[in-house]
Amino acid sequence: MMLAWTIYISFLGALALLLLPKGSATLARSLALLTTIVTFAITLTAFVQHRTGALLTVTQKSWIPSLGIEYHLAADGISLILLLLTGIIAIAGILFSWNIERRVQEFFAFYLLLIGAVYGVFLSYDLFLLFVFYEIVIIPKYFLIAIWGSTRREYGAMKLALYSFIGSAMVLVGLLAAYIVAGAKSMALEDLARFPFPLHFQMWAFPLVFVGFAILAGMWPFHTWAPTGHVAAPTAASMLLAGVVMKLGAYGCLRVAMTLFPLGLGPWGFHVLGLGSWRDVFALLAVIGIVYGALVALVQKDFKFVIGYSSISHMGFILLGLMTLNQLGLAGAVVQMFSHGVLAGLLFAVVGRMVYDRAHTRDLATLGPMNLNKAIPFAAVTFVVAGMASMGLPGFSGFVAELMILIGAWRAFPLFAVCVGIGIVAGVAYIWRAMQQAFFAEAGVEPTSMQPPLPPISIPERLGAILLIGASVAVGLYPQMLLNVILPALHSPLFDGLRKGSWQ
Amino acid sequence: MIAIFHAPLLQLALPEVIVVCAALLVLAMDILFLRTCRTRIRFAVAAAIASAGCAGAILRLLLAPEQANFLNGTLVANPLTHLVQIALLVLTILTLGISVDSTFTEHVGEFVLLLLIATVGMMFLVGSQDLLVIFISLELLSLSLYILTALDKRSARSSEAALKYFLFGGMSAAFLLFGFSLLYGFSHSTSLAEIASAIHAFHLGGSHIHGSQLNPLLAIAIVTTVIGFGFKVAAAPFHFWAPDVYEGAPAPSAAFIASGSKVASFFIFFQILVVGFAGAEGSAAWSRIVPGWVPALAIVAALSMLLGNLVAIVQRSARRLLAYSAIAHAGYMLLAMVAHTQQSFAALLYYVVTYALATLGAFGVVAVVEKQTGSDQLSNFDGLSRRAPVLSFCLFIFLLSLAGIPPLAGFFGKFYLFASVLAASSSLGLLWLVVLAIAMSAVSLYYYLQVLKRVYVASPAADVEKIQSPRLSRLVIVLLAGAVVLLGCAPHLLLRWILEAVRVAGL
Repeated sequence: MMLAWTIYISFLGALALLLLPKGSATLARSLALLTTIVTFAITLTAFVQHRTGALLTVTQKSWIPSLGIEYHLAADGISLILLLLTGIIAIAGILFSWNIERRVQEFFAFYLLLIGAVYGVFLSYDLFLLFVFYEIVIIPKYFLIAIWGSTRREYGAMKLALYSFIGSAMVLVGLLAAYIVAGAKSMALEDLARFPFPLHFQMWAFPLVFVGFAILAGMWPFHTWAPTGHVAAPTAASMLLAGVVMKLGAYGCLRVAMTLFPLGLGPWGFHVLGLGSWRDVFALLAVIGIVYGALVALVQKDFKFVIGYSSISHMGFILLGLMTLNQLGLAGAVVQMFSHGVLAGLLFAVVGRMVYDRAHTRDLATLGPMNLNKAIPFAAVTFVVAGMASMGLPGFSGFVAELMILIGAWRAFPLFAVCVGIGIVAGVAYIWRAMQQAFFAEAGVEPTSMQPPLPPISIPERLGAILLIGASVAVGLYPQMLLNVILPALHSPLFDGLRKGSWQ
Repeated sequence: MIAIFHAPLLQLALPEVIVVCAALLVLAMDILFLRTCRTRIRFAVAAAIASAGCAGAILRLLLAPEQANFLNGTLVANPLTHLVQIALLVLTILTLGISVDSTFTEHVGEFVLLLLIATVGMMFLVGSQDLLVIFISLELLSLSLYILTALDKRSARSSEAALKYFLFGGMSAAFLLFGFSLLYGFSHSTSLAEIASAIHAFHLGGSHIHGSQLNPLLAIAIVTTVIGFGFKVAAAPFHFWAPDVYEGAPAPSAAFIASGSKVASFFIFFQILVVGFAGAEGSAAWSRIVPGWVPALAIVAALSMLLGNLVAIVQRSARRLLAYSAIAHAGYMLLAMVAHTQQSFAALLYYVVTYALATLGAFGVVAVVEKQTGSDQLSNFDGLSRRAPVLSFCLFIFLLSLAGIPPLAGFFGKFYLFASVLAASSSLGLLWLVVLAIAMSAVSLYYYLQVLKRVYVASPAADVEKIQSPRLSRLVIVLLAGAVVLLGCAPHLLLRWILEAVRVAGL
């Protein structure tokens, strides 16, 4: 099966880039682009061929037999969608970093290492393997931001690396404990998901692992790495961060925490402040994240911080969708993973690459007088489209996803669903405000002729933007495309525990 | 009077004999024929002979593996001791490889001789289950290491470090000897197995009412043994010599102290506690702490992890940073003793061997940088990736392996170690130690990344040139990095061996 090659090709591409003779920037870019296109082609082929969404084993080899650890790659509908997303974002990220000039080979080598590891996480069915890939992601992220970043890059990079590492440390504790309690015979996902862990064990292991993953998914109040990290990162890295890396966290919550410890979602048997289970707690945190992210985005002065906080808000939708525990909400969460991945990538591309690399400022008040809608109309149009999609206008992927999550949440937590409404309204407001201030401000003074005209939007940027918008519109118009593979995956034996336990 | 047959004894100790012969040959060659040659050539010849000797010993161990237990544990040979001895010899060869280009001393013959003598000490240390032989070989090892530390006669720091090392080491030897004498008084034997049966008999004798109470004599012996070996493995709060020695000693000596001697000390520490003090374990489980050597070690381990990791954060010198990270790693490794199962012993061996490889490599890189820039301050690593890309990449691998990032050997070492510790006690009783260890390794990533940040992110100062690394050092460093990656991706290569050996040795 070809899917495993997405990982190998990415790693080989990274290696080849390091071995390339110095000083051939175009060659390095082209090689990186070629690598990502090939991996994308592989995921797309797999996605098209594999319409049923059931589990598909890619490779399964014994790896460390004395510990029962296997090299087991497999994909079901959910992983296929995220693999596809990774492929799309990877290509777009390279197109939007065509203007990197400093240490080009190293940049793309770290980039491809990150992409390969992300593919690895989405493909792993052995939890040891999954954890290995999950941790490999941390290191290239750090260097991408610390070397090529902007505002407070070293601080942002270190904060992000430590938050990720602390999250994965929590996951490691939970996984080790689960491995030992289950008899230390296997780390395979399906074996551990089938094992009946005692209730009291699940009650502490579930929140531990869930929070460990949710830190990377930007769950409030553990989200603070995200805005600073996004802002500090170079465009491609913030696209990857928001686009796929945060999805790793959400994917881990669904795939590992919830399937392994479904009883951990059940009621405690008592109430604290009206909350009766971990499910209530995390749903509440998700709702706070939605509202808080949107409100904070509303008052930011830095254009990139607006998008950074909007990510927190949108990731809150995913976590809320997971906590609804009904088919609609869960499927909506997966669609939202795809949708937010594409849209956050696009928004960061507009802000980081199209605007900041040209205007060299992200201050909304300074951007206003520059008349950006005249100077770079393509950027303005892209932002309007991306903003509309992000607000959840029909016809785009965001609409489908958020609607499904809202209906799901309405069934599970009616009160929270109302609060989410506030978040959605604020979401419209901050996009509107940013759009208005950055692109369509009334130019008080005539643009001075002293300023050199901004360079026009280049071909790679246009291609990248079209790719991302196309993906969002395609899903928005025909969501069945994703749902057809998600639903069978949610009905697979892996989610049995969840369905029998707390499913509604 | 027991008749001793010298022929089988010599045959059993043939690997050690080979190494000693090589050591003498090195000294003779150096003093008789090469006195007037350049240091570089003298080093090359000495290292070649010494490596050949070590390789001969390895071959002997590989080709004619014997199983023997001579004079009730005085000299033991089984697959496990062979495995560890081979690892020690390989580490010695690698240390020789990175020391060939050193210029710190003119006493080349003596340096290599001492290195080999220390290796012989370690080999005997590993191959014995008798307190007397253990103590003598430990002293052989320690005394050689003191001199190796002091060998850079031009540097005041080297002498200071050696004196400190000597004083602390002497004190720890005194503790150890005191403990051993108590054990002898308790059991009338120096053999670990007989000590264990004496403890067992004491427990059966019912001279105490509560099952958890220890004989006071035994309690003191436990404490002094833990203190004595705590010094050797540089565990907090007995670590004071480590930062100074790591900083002041000549780079190859420091690398050797950090790698080879660690492997041997941990191995024998585990043996003494698990074989010798069987029956006096106690328990360090969260809910059920029972006095014995396990809770004592648990405290030492927790302290080492906390102190090592937290103090490493503020270090400005690469070698001191490695020293504090060594203290932290000693803490992780002590967890394996707290667990004291077969699994955890295998995990300890895997951990300490891969740790030794990574540390040796890191010291190799530090040595090269230090030689070119004059000091090991972290600021000298600024922009290293543009001055020496290959070395930087190797350092990247070593440090991330120490931090426990997959797919490097350090990660699997940690994973396996923590898994075996968790599995050791029923209902996850040691979870608190594992949680502490994992939390502390998250802290450790911070300071390792600080170094790597200098290497990859910071720009080099304007006036520096490319770093010229000697070819052999570079080869050894690249080999080490390759080994760290390989053992991380395919841990089974080494693990299979270790598990088999541990099973046969039946510990």
